[in-house]
Amino acid sequence: MSADVELDHVTIAFGNFIAVNDASLKINNGEFFSFLGPSGCGKTTILRTVSGFLEPTKGAVRIGGRDMSGIGPNKRPTALIFQNLALFPLMTVAENIAYGLRVRGMGRTERRRKAEHLLNMIALSDQGGKMVAELSGGQKQRVAIARALAVEPQVLLLDEPLSALDLKLRQHMRNELRAIQQRVGITFIYITHDQGEALTMSDRIAVMNEGVIQQVGDAKSIYDRPATSFVASFVGENNSLIGKVVQVDGAYAQIKTQMGNVTGRNLQDIRIGESAVAFIRPEKLTQHAAANQNRLQTTVKSIAFEGNLSHVYLVGPGHRHLTMTVGRETPLPEAGADIGLHAAIDDTLILPMGKLASGETGQ
Amino acid sequence: MSRFLLPLIPVAVALIFWGMAAAERRAVGNVAHLGFFRRNGAALSVYLLGAVGLWILLLIVLPQLYMVEFSFRPRLPPSEMGGPKDAYTLANYSYLIFGRPGDPEGYNKLHLGIFLRTIVASIFVTMLNFAICYPIAFFMAKVAKGGQMRLMVLALIVPFWVNEILRAFAFRILFSSSGVFNTLLLASGLVDAPVDFLRSDIALYAGLSYAYLLLMIFPLYNAIEAMDSNQIEAARDLGAPWWHIHLFVVMPYAKPGIAAGCTMVFMLTAGALAAPQVLGGPSSLWFTQVVYNWFYQAFNWNLGAAYAFALLIACIIFVMVVLRLFKVSLGEIAR
Ligand SMILES: Nc1ncnc2c1ncn2[C@@H]1O[C@H](COP(=O)(O)OP(=O)(O)OP(=O)(O)O)[C@@H](O)[C@H]1O
Ligand SMILES: [Mg+2]
Repeated sequence: MSADVELDHVTIAFGNFIAVNDASLKINNGEFFSFLGPSGCGKTTILRTVSGFLEPTKGAVRIGGRDMSGIGPNKRPTALIFQNLALFPLMTVAENIAYGLRVRGMGRTERRRKAEHLLNMIALSDQGGKMVAELSGGQKQRVAIARALAVEPQVLLLDEPLSALDLKLRQHMRNELRAIQQRVGITFIYITHDQGEALTMSDRIAVMNEGVIQQVGDAKSIYDRPATSFVASFVGENNSLIGKVVQVDGAYAQIKTQMGNVTGRNLQDIRIGESAVAFIRPEKLTQHAAANQNRLQTTVKSIAFEGNLSHVYLVGPGHRHLTMTVGRETPLPEAGADIGLHAAIDDTLILPMGKLASGETGQ
Repeated sequence: MSRFLLPLIPVAVALIFWGMAAAERRAVGNVAHLGFFRRNGAALSVYLLGAVGLWILLLIVLPQLYMVEFSFRPRLPPSEMGGPKDAYTLANYSYLIFGRPGDPEGYNKLHLGIFLRTIVASIFVTMLNFAICYPIAFFMAKVAKGGQMRLMVLALIVPFWVNEILRAFAFRILFSSSGVFNTLLLASGLVDAPVDFLRSDIALYAGLSYAYLLLMIFPLYNAIEAMDSNQIEAARDLGAPWWHIHLFVVMPYAKPGIAAGCTMVFMLTAGALAAPQVLGGPSSLWFTQVVYNWFYQAFNWNLGAAYAFALLIACIIFVMVVLRLFKVSLGEIAR
């Protein structure tokens, strides 16, 4: 049975505040799909709408082609994993896992059999009798997943399930989640504000900001071909230079910035005279001159050595701050030195002016 | 003169302590982490412990012990007090069970009946109270928004500013044969003749249920409020219908609160006097009324004390057994 999840022009408002604005996308059956965005951008709101705790103010949510309006969370083929897990503290691990089955009136032995099967899957086979409070963070995590999977949902919804875990466990659980998803083969809709998580785990990602879906695509296309200046500045590190478009030439556009004219790929059909931003990834900046490059004159401020990589922090005319990331084999400049930086025009992206992620110095 | 000065002493003491606490905070900062003795000094600590201890002993423990002692002694005219007949006896307690010695019945049917009826009716009132209060408490804890919530608390508390007897009489007026309920029932044509709510004890149960409403609502509210709302949503998401969520997720969690509310309401209902006096039908006696009559009509304090303690002990045993059955410990209730 197909379980595509489709948002059809979904708008969700709380009073006058619009939390999600006209979101449309289709999540395919069996896909690992992530929503990525800064805090408060409406990710949880979308998830709660898919699971049925919220009704869209406008538009429709369809699961497997069926309109879900008026169908409560207990009647939808979805299961939600809460940010704080919300395990039942007074039930044992096995009882937690079997709760959804008990609700469905499944017999005791059948229930036990199924709970044992799931306990096996999450590698907690001998811990079914424990109380939830006796488990470690990662184990609780797995119990929450098993409890949700027990009811055999067609869509599993996960609201930042790893955010409470420490870094090590988090990386471990990423792999585990991905493995579980591949094993059960159902649709996973995953929410995170951690781009590393989204990029490594997902088949596709929707990047959101302030209630608007900015771009939907796989990790590579979002990183290499961001659709908006927000995506370019939010996903991965990026240098941004603001200016006005002075020339458009086929697939390229040139803008005039405080650091001189910069040419880059023009994917968004930008026009002369518009405000625009040029984005260059730190790893695409070099000190080597070649053909078809932009040149930026800068002064080295400081250098951060990170073993295999080094970050060179630079400042250019108009106090524009730039970062260059170089590998081990590249000789590092001296702090205080004036150097010319180069970036291929094919590694430079010209996007229409828009909101930048906070933390990026757009000005 | 001293008549006016005396009431000022407690006020002065309170002010002095308040001033000392304020001075201490200013001088030392937060002192909450210090032990009781370190914090107050030896002299003051001994005084505080002594004062509180004396208070408990004189005003709470001794009078009760005195009554217990009373219940084990026969009632004698003053001339025989301290005489050979003044010995400890279980006669007062056996009177409740077996009646007057040599009674042909063999059992004190009347009083035992009232005793049992009081306990059974109290259980019923407690359950009714719970049924009324649980939805209100749940609504207040998980559904109501700030403004609604304040309004509800006010609506619940303000009526209790009216004193208990007055409230009981108000209920009597509501339920009397020409009262509001009967007028409405008659006007709507549901009944042809006024219903005698008083004789059928409906007024009594309603009055008793209302009397201790707050003592049920607030423990329930506290327990439900402390629960993570996501658990309710998680249960719903897993497909549970609403009754299943309440029965198997919310109520187990709120069990200590339920136990606290039910025990308080049960104990107070069984020991209530005002409502049964005012709202009880002509034929119905509450056990406390029997106790009252021993004290103030028969002037038999010994028998009265025995009856009162019999009720207290029966209630305590009952409560303990129920708590045991539902696997709640006293410590949990106190939380
Ligand atoms: N019940 C509500 N009533 C009013 N506003 C709400 C409600 N729920 C969410 N909002 C608002 O909607 C916006 C989006 O909230 P949401 O919880 O979806 O954010 P989020 O992307 O999940 O953020 P985070 O990463 O911090 O969890 C926020 O500005 C929030 O204040
Ligand atoms: Mg959220």
